[in-house]
Amino acid sequence: MPLLEIDNLRVTFSTADGDVNAVNGVSFDINQGETLAIVGESGSGKSQTAFAMMGLLAKNGRAAGAARFDGKDLLTMSNRDLNQIRAREMAMIFQDPMTSLNPYMRISDQMAEVLMLHKGMGKAAAINEATKMLDAVRIPDARARITMFPHEFSGGMRQRIMIAMALLCQPRLLIADEPTTALDVTVQAQIMQVLGDIRRDFGTAVILITHDLGVVAGFCDRTLVMYGGQIMEEGPTDDVFASPVHPYTSGLLKAVPRLDRADATLATIAGEPPDMSRLPAGCPFSPRCAQVLDNCRAERPVLATRGNRRRACHLPIKEVA
Amino acid sequence: MSPILSVRDLSVTFDVRRPGSWPWTPARKLHAVSEVSFDLAPGECLGVVGESGSGKSTLARAIVGTVPSSGGNIFFEGADLANMDARQRRVHRRDVQMIFQDPLAALNPRMTVGEIIAEPLITHEPKTPRKQVTSRVRALMERVGLLPNLVNRYPHEFSGGQCQRIGIARALILKPKLIICDEPVSALDVSVQAQVVNLLMELQRDMGLSMIFIAHDLSVVRHISDRIVVMYLGRVMETAASDILTTAPEHPYSQALIASVPIPDPVLERARPRPILEGELPSPLAPPSGCVFRTRCPKVQPSCAGTRPALQDIAQGHQVACPFHAAQQVLAVTG
Repeated sequence: MPLLEIDNLRVTFSTADGDVNAVNGVSFDINQGETLAIVGESGSGKSQTAFAMMGLLAKNGRAAGAARFDGKDLLTMSNRDLNQIRAREMAMIFQDPMTSLNPYMRISDQMAEVLMLHKGMGKAAAINEATKMLDAVRIPDARARITMFPHEFSGGMRQRIMIAMALLCQPRLLIADEPTTALDVTVQAQIMQVLGDIRRDFGTAVILITHDLGVVAGFCDRTLVMYGGQIMEEGPTDDVFASPVHPYTSGLLKAVPRLDRADATLATIAGEPPDMSRLPAGCPFSPRCAQVLDNCRAERPVLATRGNRRRACHLPIKEVA
Repeated sequence: MSPILSVRDLSVTFDVRRPGSWPWTPARKLHAVSEVSFDLAPGECLGVVGESGSGKSTLARAIVGTVPSSGGNIFFEGADLANMDARQRRVHRRDVQMIFQDPLAALNPRMTVGEIIAEPLITHEPKTPRKQVTSRVRALMERVGLLPNLVNRYPHEFSGGQCQRIGIARALILKPKLIICDEPVSALDVSVQAQVVNLLMELQRDMGLSMIFIAHDLSVVRHISDRIVVMYLGRVMETAASDILTTAPEHPYSQALIASVPIPDPVLERARPRPILEGELPSPLAPPSGCVFRTRCPKVQPSCAGTRPALQDIAQGHQVACPFHAAQQVLAVTG
């Protein structure tokens, strides 16, 4: 049984301008110890997918479908049961570590709170455990710095603290939502190495949500590409990068400038990301797709499985440029 | 050809007071930019890269003239920015335009797109007939890929990529000679980023613009720039042609920076050695003595703490501020 099974997940927000469908029937699963990338641009629904399964949707949001963790549906669970799973079994880290940490509390208190609440530890033991975790994410001189406040740390250090805090109860699944987007490349490399060590040492499964194809290439076993709230394609990372089977993935890979290549001009994807409150009837990518067919605009392609890959596209695989 | 812009030993410092300190305690000096020198040829695109806090944005602001320099000179077409009279300064402000990072925040939400693009023209050439203003705005909108019939819309009705096109049109309406782009594409999605990068390159070529392109994304900078300056803690570490800098960097910092940039190719990425740079940028309030990079440098020598290494020419158009490394290169060539 997979660790987490997302089945036809839909997320809808009711707004003054009518319903906005942020996620439209997303299904995937992740196994113990696996790393899965969810790649997409802003508005693709990648973050809302994670928020829905963590029970963190905004008040005007509703989730439908199922998100089964260890066979238990997270969407229908009581808040009390969800709280048990959220810290102990799955944890999440966010893009901006400063807004996720309490600015009025010392790191020691914030971290000890988690262990005292979920594991019933005494304060001294909890702080001791928290210090060990800060060592694990390689915060130098953790014993002395654990009593500091969040603002006394740099952005990279704060993200390490967030990772350490998420791992306190040794969850089986870590969801990282754009964990390095706000950081410099040299610090990004450090954080990705910490996440890699964590995966190796604790066997934690990781869902990495990002727009950065470079970060995915170095880290994830499997890659899932989203656009307009739907899955465009999914497969082993090597295969998706080497031979994309969806025009969106292929266009995206060509649009990224690469440090190891001198291209004269970048290939572009025409148009703008979709307006989620006015999605086209057919494939959400059809208005921008260079290889659009007649039925793409009218009929939404189904996500079809072939071997270890899935894709949602009317165009025959061989013709994807 | 004489350079359009020459920056010589430019320094910019800011006075920083601790909140709650006594009024008579002397302010501490934050060294944002220190002794930076470079030339920009007409029609050239110079990329400036570095981590946050390296002084790239302050450098841009000093060249535009919105931040006073505390040392050194900026020569624009031979004239010293610091000694310009009011008339010359007005001309400088027309000739040097800027494009900002956050496309929506850089536009006045209460002005229509047409008003935003026309404003520099009306300010600098108030006698331009209305009709001509409108036609120039419309022509420019078309040039940057916006439909001219959207001229009466407001910024919030546009996507991020379109807002950046509006910002570009506003920067171009006065037919400037130098455009300074401060992180112009970092807020945009990948698919839109490519559109804006291509547009900037096209405009630069067609209008013969000189350009300074500041960004933290080395892949984008390499793509768009002829030459790249690598900054660290307010100082220039290395300058070289884009291809040379990204394929054969000489300074240990440039090497570490380039090794940290992920490449979207799983097979290549797994095979790459990843020398991780430890630690983070030191405080610009108290930069390290000697070489500012020595606290994180993987090849640090005891002598690095002594004298500050000057930029040295190691090849045509290739300068490195690391005597130890440059000396090694020379030895390797002669030996």
